[in-house]
Amino acid sequence: MCLGIPGRIVAITDEARQMALAEISGVRREVNVACIADGPLEDLVGEWALIHVGFAMSRIDPDEAERTLQALRDLGEAQEALDAMAEGQKALEAAR
Amino acid sequence: MKFASEFRDPTLAKALLARIAGVADQIGATREKPIHIMEICGGHTHSIFRYGLDKLIHPGVEFIHGPGCPVCVLPMSRVDECVEIAMRPGVIFTTFGDAMRVPGHKMSLMQAKAQGADIRMVYSPLDALELARRNPDREVVFFGLGFETTTPSTALSIQAAAREGLTNFGVFCNHITVPEPIKALLDDPHMVLDGFIGPGHVSMVIGTHPYDFIAQNYGKPIVVAGFEPTDLLQSVLMVLMQIAEGRAAVENQYARVVPENGNPVSLAAIADVYERRPSFEWRGLGEIDASGLRIRPKYRAFDAEEKFGIGYAVGRKAYEEPEGCACGAVMTGRIKPTACPQFGKGCTPDMPLGALMVSSEGACAAYWQYGGSRGMAAG
Repeated sequence: MCLGIPGRIVAITDEARQMALAEISGVRREVNVACIADGPLEDLVGEWALIHVGFAMSRIDPDEAERTLQALRDLGEAQEALDAMAEGQKALEAAR
Repeated sequence: MKFASEFRDPTLAKALLARIAGVADQIGATREKPIHIMEICGGHTHSIFRYGLDKLIHPGVEFIHGPGCPVCVLPMSRVDECVEIAMRPGVIFTTFGDAMRVPGHKMSLMQAKAQGADIRMVYSPLDALELARRNPDREVVFFGLGFETTTPSTALSIQAAAREGLTNFGVFCNHITVPEPIKALLDDPHMVLDGFIGPGHVSMVIGTHPYDFIAQNYGKPIVVAGFEPTDLLQSVLMVLMQIAEGRAAVENQYARVVPENGNPVSLAAIADVYERRPSFEWRGLGEIDASGLRIRPKYRAFDAEEKFGIGYAVGRKAYEEPEGCACGAVMTGRIKPTACPQFGKGCTPDMPLGALMVSSEGACAAYWQYGGSRGMAAG
């Protein structure tokens, strides 16, 4: 939960809420881009960012993204993040 | 060979290790009289063990594993308070998965879930926010946990909830800050630290200036580092060079991600939503002045502590650790995990007694998973 995982912004989904769709290690999920927005949100599409618990926190270049992803894979943290995203999805769907 | 195959850049790693050895010899660091460098961040602890850096490095350099794993420093009483909130009728309690197995005095969140509490693991406070939107008749509480890396996420979520007028969303705030426990450690007369490896992703949010006091007031070097093994080795080298040159400064090895002044949007959100508590309890370290955050009065409607009359809102019980658990002594660097009488006996990753065994970023879990320190390997 403490280490960010690199993701690429693929689309803006909600301009008002500053939400975007990010592709993270092959998984797509909605993330907040408020912390990296310094102009029109559309400009973020195609950019890489470090994503912490659903919030894009820092723009990084593609090489840094690749290096970070490899380091996270080695630590098992990449899988942990993907599992957590799947859990989050399940939590939303669970009806009680 | 492990070394050659696992490092992305084995040539660079070898060169760095050789340079570290050179400087360590130059300043007279030996196994008997080592230089103590604390890596503050649990992610760094994990990386050091994963790559066996503690074994590969010059014997005169000893890593002390710092308090930078938020799950590990969470006091049991806070887990109790989570369970208490989660058991209230109508509550959906949401948490990062990391916190599920941390033992409380009576039970963990995992056990509370098994007993029927509606506890859901989420990836993000955004998931909790969405649950609140979809379940207007339920009270959704998010367990706000973590250092400055996760604090912006709950701050922005609370701001969003306020904007949308959600009345069934709250955060049980346990956010803590990195600089204050470092100050507490430096003020501890038993602590013999020579330098620090500063956290990477925390610093991405807060920048490097909050560490200025470490160099200026305590005369200790600190180097903010990335997570790759070569990042860590380079940072150790930078710390040693400062010691060799008789300097103490804040240096940034991870400038490709960490801006000197941090992330302005995050800092503004934190400042808007949170204020410092007079003190906050850390497992193993006790109460530390100004080390925790609470939700400002203007966002009181989203403060689970106020909403449920729990925790610091009503005064708290005295600090206690389970019988035989030495997490506190390990956390302050006084003993190695293997010196704890419960290590591997009453406390394993499957049945953790202390929090350091729960998270992969905890020193005990790392020792368990990766076969321990140089001392163990040589012994």
